[in-house]
Amino acid sequence: MSSANFIEAQGLTKKYDDFVAVDNIDFQVYKGECCGFLGPNGAGKTTTIKMIHCVLPPASGNLTVAGMNVTEKAREIKKMIGVAPQEDNLDPDFSVITNLSVYARYFDIPKEMSLKRAAELLRFAQLEEKRDVVINQLSTGMKRRLILARALINEPQILLLDEPTTGLDPQARHLIWDKIRTLKKQGVTIILTTHYMDEAAVLCDRLLIMDAGKIIEEGTPAELVRKHVGEEVLEVDFEEDTMNVLKQKFPNARLEVVSDRIHLFTNEPHGAFESYVRDFPRKGAIVRTANLEDVFLKLTGRKLRE
Amino acid sequence: MTTRDRIKSYFTLPELTYRVWKVWRRNFDVFMKTYKVNFFPPMLEPIFYLLGFGLGLGAYISGNIPGGSLIKFIAPGLVSMSIMYSSFFECTYGSFVRMYYQKTFDAIIATPISMEEVIAGELLWGATRSLISSSIVLCVVAAFGLISSPLTLLIPLVAFCGGLMFSGIAMCFTSLAPNIDFFNYPAFLFITPMLLLGGTFFPLPQAAQLPATIFLPLTNIVLLNRGLMFGNLQISLLTNVAWIISVTLFFFVLSINAMKKKLIK
Repeated sequence: MSSANFIEAQGLTKKYDDFVAVDNIDFQVYKGECCGFLGPNGAGKTTTIKMIHCVLPPASGNLTVAGMNVTEKAREIKKMIGVAPQEDNLDPDFSVITNLSVYARYFDIPKEMSLKRAAELLRFAQLEEKRDVVINQLSTGMKRRLILARALINEPQILLLDEPTTGLDPQARHLIWDKIRTLKKQGVTIILTTHYMDEAAVLCDRLLIMDAGKIIEEGTPAELVRKHVGEEVLEVDFEEDTMNVLKQKFPNARLEVVSDRIHLFTNEPHGAFESYVRDFPRKGAIVRTANLEDVFLKLTGRKLRE
Repeated sequence: MTTRDRIKSYFTLPELTYRVWKVWRRNFDVFMKTYKVNFFPPMLEPIFYLLGFGLGLGAYISGNIPGGSLIKFIAPGLVSMSIMYSSFFECTYGSFVRMYYQKTFDAIIATPISMEEVIAGELLWGATRSLISSSIVLCVVAAFGLISSPLTLLIPLVAFCGGLMFSGIAMCFTSLAPNIDFFNYPAFLFITPMLLLGGTFFPLPQAAQLPATIFLPLTNIVLLNRGLMFGNLQISLLTNVAWIISVTLFFFVLSINAMKKKLIK
């Protein structure tokens, strides 16, 4: 297996009646990387993920995982993939450990080996003390960790994480991030969807930004920031004359008004705004490094998606 | 897709492997966790029926009733009722909860098990529930001394097959259900009338026998069980057997395809 194109999509499309959820997209995921799918709600991220792990058949196009076509080799592909879905679908009828051992049985893992792996995974997910607790007594963070542990029961080569930290407190998020980094070091190929730009920036080697079923941009987090929003952002409270001054002083910078703040983006190296802020102190002026959130909002707009 | 292709797509034979049993096993494991709740109510219920209908109401009945007394007549009916109830409710309310509220099906199809296998596992589990419950009822009925033929030992076979039939019918309703309250329709308008009018508690009048055997699944099971329990085998029971087998196969295939269409768009 070559390291390139571990997962490959060409012209991948998914339609529901008249609605096109995924619209003729091409992408590759390389072996061993962590690839992030970003996009507003309804962009087609989860649908794409579900096609990769063979639970939704593509309407058209070609999708291969490790060289195998998803429509022909579903079982083989599912054997090598671990999935941590967005929704909690742990089995509420079972305890923590039984959730893992029953799931292992679905993969034909022999009883003894499944108990051994389950024990290791409970240690990995820091859930050893909760071994015999029923699911509804777990906190949200514990459930997410158990879902991650369950996704690893078949020792997958590919891990699909659909919004792994949504709704978690910062401690729980950082713990999950730690675990994801550990898995990446072990060589697991990871596909991750998230709404948190800091999460994407920290974990992902490469990002695909989706909107309305299409991939609208791709690159490393740093590349995307540099390309779309430059190095620095000046934020200042909105006033008519401030606007005019800024327009004159920075004719090449991109200017955007967000509620009552002016955002000014520049491609010039660090320090471009510094003297301005020092010489003309304005209300609420700050200079900060441009980030992925700026890129995301620039590319997908500020309109609410529901 | 033409209408013909569409109809045909509901009757394609599902590809099933041994993995069906892993789904069955999951349900069995849950059942065994709460076995006390699962064993006692099915044991007590028929006792109330036997006391109320059999002894209570039966005391006022002096007509010529097959089996000699009402309590003896309804005994195979109660076994048949438990066959119908356990699989029907397992594959409507039970399956709907697993599918919709617990997302158990979604979790399972992320493994090498397919959606067809999940549904087939659910159907076989429904049949198993019928086997278990009706065996309990059979023991109660035996304790009341109402069994007169060793052929009764064949009833568990009828229970599994009949259970599979009701599972398939139930699963078709589940494939149509937009929400869990929807099951009030089949429960009150299909299951209850069939129980009360299908020959369970009183012998069907001559004119009603043929239509009931053609249209009512329960009637076929009741007739078969009564024949076995009374040791009164008639050649006509073969038509009931054939009817049950064909309807079981029909709904087994139909319900798997219908559920697959509902869940995998």
